[in-house]
Amino acid sequence: MNGFMLVVRRDLRLSFRQGIDSFMVVTFFVLAVVLFPFGVGPEPNILARIAAGVIWVAALLSAMLSLERLFLADYEDGSLELLALSPGVLEVTVLAKITAHWLTTGVPLIVAAPVLAVLLHMNGDGFWILVVALSIGTPSLSLIGSVGAALILGSRRGGVLLSLLILPLYVPLLIFGVSAVDSAIAGFPFSAQLYVLGALLLGALALCPWAAAAALRQAME
Amino acid sequence: MHRFANPTRFLRLSDVILPWSAALTAILMTVGLYGAFFIAPPDYQQGESVRIMYVHVPSAWMGLFCYTSLAIASGVALIWKHPLADVAARATAPIGAAFTFLSLVTGSLWGKPMWGTWWVWDARLTSMLILFFLYLGYMALAGAFDDRARGEKASAILALVGFVNVPIIKFSVDWWNTLHQPASVFRMGGPTIAWSMLWPLLVMGAAFTAYYVWVLLLRMRAELMANKIRILRMKRIQSHG
Repeated sequence: MNGFMLVVRRDLRLSFRQGIDSFMVVTFFVLAVVLFPFGVGPEPNILARIAAGVIWVAALLSAMLSLERLFLADYEDGSLELLALSPGVLEVTVLAKITAHWLTTGVPLIVAAPVLAVLLHMNGDGFWILVVALSIGTPSLSLIGSVGAALILGSRRGGVLLSLLILPLYVPLLIFGVSAVDSAIAGFPFSAQLYVLGALLLGALALCPWAAAAALRQAME
Repeated sequence: MHRFANPTRFLRLSDVILPWSAALTAILMTVGLYGAFFIAPPDYQQGESVRIMYVHVPSAWMGLFCYTSLAIASGVALIWKHPLADVAARATAPIGAAFTFLSLVTGSLWGKPMWGTWWVWDARLTSMLILFFLYLGYMALAGAFDDRARGEKASAILALVGFVNVPIIKFSVDWWNTLHQPASVFRMGGPTIAWSMLWPLLVMGAAFTAYYVWVLLLRMRAELMANKIRILRMKRIQSHG
């Protein structure tokens, strides 16, 4: 547990000192969403209809954009091997890095989402559910993405490859995340979708650190 | 299981199976296609275009079957380090991708006259499309490393992660939207389609499976030979200094 906190603190400190990663992710998120009114036109009712989907898709893409860096810097300067050799369990270290990734990219996305929802004229009923669904969904994005980030270490064209590996696996999160918000706006019950998102999170929490650690081990052989 | 890990023994065994599987494919395909085109009656609603089903349904089955084989081979390769399992997984992926693609194309051809559109965002179509992307991701990852062994291991992990995810994707997409007819062959209480239409379908399914075995063995042999050639070249370069 001590090792877990140390890795989280180290990654958070690195990210704050560099300061650019979280900022870039949120900027990309906002820009990607802001492009949609230019693309589909400024009619409020159309924007309100697609708001939940656009925000979720943009969140998926911006999470993916930042995932390439999750292990890459550590892999290149060799500190990943030191982390693997340290007495702690590699799975716990991976989970710590995922936690730090979520804190630096997932949380800013959750904070930015309601502002974007206002820009897209989303119905006020959906705001809270959007925030709740993103809060349950974005950790899963980091967890599933960590497997892809570990798999592409040392490959050619890692970034493009990552999108091909990860985006198909993100589909369930997107479906239930958007569906929760849309149901809330339409006045239907939405707890089922949130439960499913929670189940996906628990499943990802149980499996992804192992898969990512296995991928890291074979990358360092 | 490691009895068959020896590539030479595998090559000898595949020498025996290869002509049989090729012959079986030819016979079953002939019988199945004849049954599908000339014996099976046209559907009372869909007319003659129902015959696309005899290619569409088996290729969709095979798309899923190949992914299962891919995941099992990857698991065997990771757990027991079975040398042929890697080769089998690598050889399965393009075949499975081709079957999945075939089922998407034939489904689209059938959808145009039946549903009046080439493509609908229906649950089954969408989950097959995602399965196709999973195959593409697997193949891209397997080929993305300078060191082949790394590509094999990385893609094996991806295949297993994808295998856990396929039922989740299927279930979530089912929930999302659906237009496709429900399962009518493998279901509780027996099939709901007439025997005259069912038997060509089953024969075609068997033919596709035989074809898969045949092409898989061909691809695995080619892969093993390519490895041999690579080793021979390396040896020659080394001996020439």
